[in-house]
Amino acid sequence: MAGQSDPHISLFSAEEVEFMAEDELIEIVPNMRMDPLNFICGDFGPFLPQIASQVPLWLAVALKKRGKCAIRPPQWMSVENLTRVLEGERESQGAFQVLPFHYVEISRLLFDHAREDIPDMYMVRSLIEDIRDVRIHKVETSLEKFSGTSAVKIPNLSAMEVNIIRPFVGRALQAFYKHDNPEKIPDVDRASSAQTRAANNEPRRQLRR
Amino acid sequence: MASGAGEWSAEQIDDYETLISTTDVVLLKRAWRNEKASPEILPFEEALVKRAKEQIQLMEETVDDFAESGHDPLIASLYQMDLEGSIFAEILSSGSAAEGGLLILPIEKFMFHIWKMDTYRNRLSIEEEKFTERTVLSKLPDNYQSVLKQSIISEEDDMVPEPQLDTFVVAKCERATRPLYLDGSRQSASFDSRQFAILTSNKTITIHLAGMTTFKWCLEIYAFCATGHFKRN
Repeated sequence: MAGQSDPHISLFSAEEVEFMAEDELIEIVPNMRMDPLNFICGDFGPFLPQIASQVPLWLAVALKKRGKCAIRPPQWMSVENLTRVLEGERESQGAFQVLPFHYVEISRLLFDHAREDIPDMYMVRSLIEDIRDVRIHKVETSLEKFSGTSAVKIPNLSAMEVNIIRPFVGRALQAFYKHDNPEKIPDVDRASSAQTRAANNEPRRQLRR
Repeated sequence: MASGAGEWSAEQIDDYETLISTTDVVLLKRAWRNEKASPEILPFEEALVKRAKEQIQLMEETVDDFAESGHDPLIASLYQMDLEGSIFAEILSSGSAAEGGLLILPIEKFMFHIWKMDTYRNRLSIEEEKFTERTVLSKLPDNYQSVLKQSIISEEDDMVPEPQLDTFVVAKCERATRPLYLDGSRQSASFDSRQFAILTSNKTITIHLAGMTTFKWCLEIYAFCATGHFKRN
């Protein structure tokens, strides 16, 4: 049964993770006047020119696309902070730096739709890509240290990172668990093939030397 | 105000702020995520879905009014976007076959198991229960009428594939936990609110996952289902 699941397919698609991230609040500076919006997902506004306001990311992007606002990149997206985070990631092999849970999706949406609002856009993008790479590499390295275990703690992992490592880590831990506790998880495939062999009572084929 | 707040712990204030700022759309998305990532069927969130449907209906009327009254097209389009996002979240989380819900997949996969176990069957919505009747019961030939037995000569229930619940789940902790004894009592582990815990979903944990009322220490389940991998399409 384990063979049915495809380790290359994540439980959530990248679009689904992005859909989750679109509720994160972000600051915009409108260039128009608009009454408050009473949405199902919450109340936002009123909007006044040059007065900053907090809105969900999807609304910020929608207004930005229509040329109605500038998006203020969050503080963690500054070159200084990202440089510090990258250094921290490189220095500490065991721990992950604190970043927003949806840092990958937020930054990608802003790069796609609000590039002129991000100071040093290319530097910021390159730093975030480096941070992503270092973190993923760190996760992979830490996976090598897993042994038979029933719980693993990983602080400060982000949504996209969890989604990427989930299929592999799940299967790896399941395999460790299975080998440590053979009595707990019956191996259906092996049990049935063993039965078949016993029933047939055929001599085993000689292995080629 | 400051003195009033002083009587509350920081955790209580956080809880309160989270509660008042959590909209139904957030709850719907969370329900969808949990259901999709959990190795077993979770209770159907009837009240939440009903409430969301009513809100969506009201909002549809508002959007129609905007269109008719020649309101600012920008505002009308923003309300339309809010509506579409909410409808999508509602469809994903309600999972009813009639509305093309995606969560019908796990239900379909372990249909007989769910049908057999009252606990799980009670977690289905009315639409989901009708769906299982329609798709399974009506299609079986005469000699194979039982949903639990392969044929009339079977003496025990031999046709019930069961989900692998003894699997690993990834959970994001809502708050620090007391030490949990995982995997029997060999080792204990406690988790704080920043951590992703990757846990075996043994019986102890399954209890936490199963009932949303006891679902206190996990904010969200980001599960891997090593053997019950729920896929779209």
